Amino acid sequence: MQPFEYANPTTVKEAVGLLGNKWDEAAVLAGGTDLISLMKDYVYSPKRLVNIKNIKELGGIRADKAGLRIGAAATIDELAESPLVAKNFPSLAQAARGVTSPQIRNMGTVGGDLCQRPRCWYYRDGQGLLASPGGRSLVTNGENKYHAILGNGGPAKFVSASSLGPALIALGATLTLQSSSGSRKVAADKFFVTPSAEGSREIALLPNELLTEILVPMGGTKNATYEVRQKEALDWPLATASVALKMSGSTVSSARVVLGHVAPMPWAATQADQFLAGKSLTEAVAEDAAKAALSNATPLSQNAYKVQLARVAVKRALMAAAGARG
Amino acid sequence: MSSKKDPDVSKKPRSAFSRRGFLGGVGVGGGVLGSGLLSPVAEAAPASGPAAVPITLKINGKTQNLTLEPRVTLLDALRNHLDLTGAKRVCDRGTCGACTVILNGRVVYSCTVLAIDAQGKEIQTIEGIAPAGKLHPVSAAFVQHDAQQCGYCTPGFVMAAKGYLDRHAPKSIEDVEKGLGGNLCRCGTYVGVRQAVLEASREMKGGRNA
Repeated sequence: MQPFEYANPTTVKEAVGLLGNKWDEAAVLAGGTDLISLMKDYVYSPKRLVNIKNIKELGGIRADKAGLRIGAAATIDELAESPLVAKNFPSLAQAARGVTSPQIRNMGTVGGDLCQRPRCWYYRDGQGLLASPGGRSLVTNGENKYHAILGNGGPAKFVSASSLGPALIALGATLTLQSSSGSRKVAADKFFVTPSAEGSREIALLPNELLTEILVPMGGTKNATYEVRQKEALDWPLATASVALKMSGSTVSSARVVLGHVAPMPWAATQADQFLAGKSLTEAVAEDAAKAALSNATPLSQNAYKVQLARVAVKRALMAAAGARG
Repeated sequence: MSSKKDPDVSKKPRSAFSRRGFLGGVGVGGGVLGSGLLSPVAEAAPASGPAAVPITLKINGKTQNLTLEPRVTLLDALRNHLDLTGAKRVCDRGTCGACTVILNGRVVYSCTVLAIDAQGKEIQTIEGIAPAGKLHPVSAAFVQHDAQQCGYCTPGFVMAAKGYLDRHAPKSIEDVEKGLGGNLCRCGTYVGVRQAVLEASREMKGGRNA
């Protein structure tokens, strides 16, 4: 790990004053579960770390008229254990519980889950986010069994590592990003982006901004998350689906189906949304919705198996949501 | 103590500046202010480092004063500066659990916590869970159930199990599997570990005796 300067602000105002205009000037240190490892591997060597764990206003989970407010520095464990979250947003609680290992849930934060870098092994080996040294994709020509099956037509082939992103998008959450010159709100589905050039990031956050809060509107939806994973112990899922359904009696009036770990960003499966609207949710309908969700899949040489896993995730998330309380 | 230090097994930087060059360029004592590299630090939130700074840790109830660079992890502070070598450095990337310690009552990977970040918190290590000459119920159950082979993962497993049982009362092997999902044993002693944890749970009367 390169040496760095450590700052320990106690207010958001102080914290954003310590950030830089370039990524290598300063990095936000929350749980550190991802950042410290990236720094040990010299994949990322910021000159300053800004610890945000001592900023009280960034912690906690509470509800008000606008919805559920999650502080960016609330831990994954707080989210997983929150009765407020479990009652209103089972999809979010399920996604949080899916973040494996008690140690990671205790240390890792909600903001950190959204801002963590991809797990692509070429990226982690220092080959760049797009893993294309000299313009030749290491992913396309190499080991790609865990890479993207959707949205992989451009140079980005990695998958978004966020566990909470799909649920937050399906639930229509809004993120607050603060800089020293003000704050802006970004819809969760606009926060994640697919980078087209090396050096750009997979999230809309700028180097001088701090993610401070996630607001989840009380939408009265039936919602659920289902993960398909290789093992219970520490790992990221192979494919996930988060769904949120607005119901009119037993009919789906509108649906949001968002896939995780299958594309460079959480993947809004709009074909499934359209297919579900106006239908009664049966197992057969859920299966057809899952097929629609993956209709545009373009697997790489080693990951066609993920298409079926993602279909299973969609179908099971839909069936779970149908059984869940709204 | 230098002979005990863990080697730096991490890769050398490819193109990043060398540590010597970095420190030379910004001035060791004066931090980076005025170097032109960073925006000025707000007065109310002074920054520390990159040179070594005084760090105070409370470990197993005892206050320890150290002088460490901000980049030193809690694990390396324990092992290389305090001779508390129970927590093991194995993956050093927050995955295997061999470095597990309890921080303010919660299990964490000490390899991904900065020592400077652990200040003001209660740190409990394997060395501090039982009085000298006595075994903690979890350790005793590990012996009873032969829950180790090479033993390298054992201190991490014991701490993970203690942290888990302090907060939960497992009803089944499946509960234990989930509760210890953050620790790996490459010898494959999981069956013994899970039985040990279930037994320790009965001994600890369903937890909550931190």
